[in-house]
Amino acid sequence: MKPPQFEYAAPATLPEALALLAHPDGDAKPLAGGQSLMPVLAFRLASPRLLVDLRLLQGMDRIEVDASGVRMGAKVRWRDIERDARLKTALPLMAEAIGHVAHYQIRNRGTVGGSLAHADPAAELPGIAVACDATIEIASTRGSRSVAAADFFEGALTTVLQPDELITAITFPAWPAGRASAFEELARRHGDFAMAGTAVWFDLDTAGRAMNTHIGVIGASDRPRRLAAAEAKLDGQVIDAQSIGEAACAAAGACDPADDLHASAAYRRNLVGVLVERALARALAGTKGSGTAINRSGESH
Amino acid sequence: MEVSFKVNGHAVKTEVEPRTTLSLCLRDNLKLTGTHVGCEHGVCGACTVIVDGEAVRSCLTLAVQVEGRSITTVEGLADGDALSPLQAAFRRHNALQCGFCTPGMLTTAHALLTDEPHASADRIREVLSGNLCRCTGYLPIVEAVLDARAAYGGPASDATTGHGAGR
Ligand SMILES: Cc1cc2nc3c(=O)[nH]c(=O)nc-3n(C[C@H](O)[C@H](O)[C@H](O)COP(=O)(O)OP(=O)(O)OC[C@H]3O[C@@H](n4cnc5c(N)ncnc54)[C@H](O)[C@@H]3O)c2cc1C
Ligand code: FES
Ligand code: FES
Repeated sequence: MKPPQFEYAAPATLPEALALLAHPDGDAKPLAGGQSLMPVLAFRLASPRLLVDLRLLQGMDRIEVDASGVRMGAKVRWRDIERDARLKTALPLMAEAIGHVAHYQIRNRGTVGGSLAHADPAAELPGIAVACDATIEIASTRGSRSVAAADFFEGALTTVLQPDELITAITFPAWPAGRASAFEELARRHGDFAMAGTAVWFDLDTAGRAMNTHIGVIGASDRPRRLAAAEAKLDGQVIDAQSIGEAACAAAGACDPADDLHASAAYRRNLVGVLVERALARALAGTKGSGTAINRSGESH
Repeated sequence: MEVSFKVNGHAVKTEVEPRTTLSLCLRDNLKLTGTHVGCEHGVCGACTVIVDGEAVRSCLTLAVQVEGRSITTVEGLADGDALSPLQAAFRRHNALQCGFCTPGMLTTAHALLTDEPHASADRIREVLSGNLCRCTGYLPIVEAVLDARAAYGGPASDATTGHGAGR
């Protein structure tokens, strides 16, 4: 279908964009890459009065990497992440997951800010953001605020963003060398949204026991989330086949997927267990320097 | 609203509603009907065009968003009536049957090989995973793109006979 009618503005500065979003007539929506908003409009799931195109805004398209971590402007596109070799060590989970995000043409336009605001429960970046304790920076004419990714997503396609607010950036804490991590997902067609996926990481203490374990899942709930019950099975333990099995079992039990067109709830729950098990095994293999990280076709090249 | 951009090297100026997608603007306003519209929500890839060197879905792009940019459609690939090397490879390999998906396959592959003339078969398959074909079964398309690499400065292919070798 064709999109419904709307007005269009392409402001040149952030203050102008924020003023348009705060307009008393209301019902204005930011337009970034359009790779989610255009389908939403085509299906007539939204009919905003005004689209505020972010394309002319300057300085929001940079990836910065320093000792404090990684900062990505809201207009950073998937292709920018895909081509940034620094992320392989600065944010390895994102570097690994990016090969699963949408298709070639969509990666040329889709953005970080749009993905966070759209909040698809199966989208990779929101999952990585929650799993890696990221912070989302938000601006409006009322000022700016920062929200932890864990508090940002409220449900499917729902976030704490107010209609007059714009995401300006996302920041990730520094990633120490030697941290174990892995990302796994299953999708029907490469590049389509995942049926389920997981991002896992942990540190090892001097005795070789896991600490700081983070297990995030996508597609397994109405929002990306961490599975505390599964993490608890690993913290303080030696990571081996047995503890991994227990964590995977706890993960499957802790998620609450819904039945939908693509898979039943039971299938998804089982899938989460399988993916968590695979990811933990691969993360563990990485700590042993055995170089068994699987490079399936489709992961970043 | 008035929008100005370049299509296949020619400057154009046309009047559109804000909601007019680039695909409709190309087809209806500019009568460039080579760009096909399948799903109109970003899934099939038939509508792919190249904007400033990057392959994008024209059904997910508004015409007003390409103000001042330079667009290549499937009509811009051939030199007059002479097929481009990529198009000729598609023909040689029987990489099209009904032809509905072909404009999107060609523009996507052209953008890819221009950027990455050495793209591997896996890379080509990954990139084309965003384009649906209901006829060919994809194998001849991948073979045609592999074969066309040489024309972009990539490796010469040994799969010159086509006709679904490897099927
Ligand atoms: C066929 C297909 C497959 C896809 N597969 C995947 C996939 O596997 N994984 C995945 O993660 N995504 C996938 N996507 C979605 C894609 O990644 C989108 O690019 C992304 O979700 C939205 O980014 P955008 O820049 O295009 O945002 P838009 O479409 O422009 O905007 C999306 C929403 O965010 C709002 N918004 C945009 N920018 C901001 C901002 N800075 N501040 C506040 N609100 C903002 C808009 O108002 C809108 O509500 C797929 C899309 C398609 C069409
Ligand atoms: S018509 Fe644009 S992707 Fe299908
Ligand atoms: S040739 Fe018919 S859809 Fe591809």
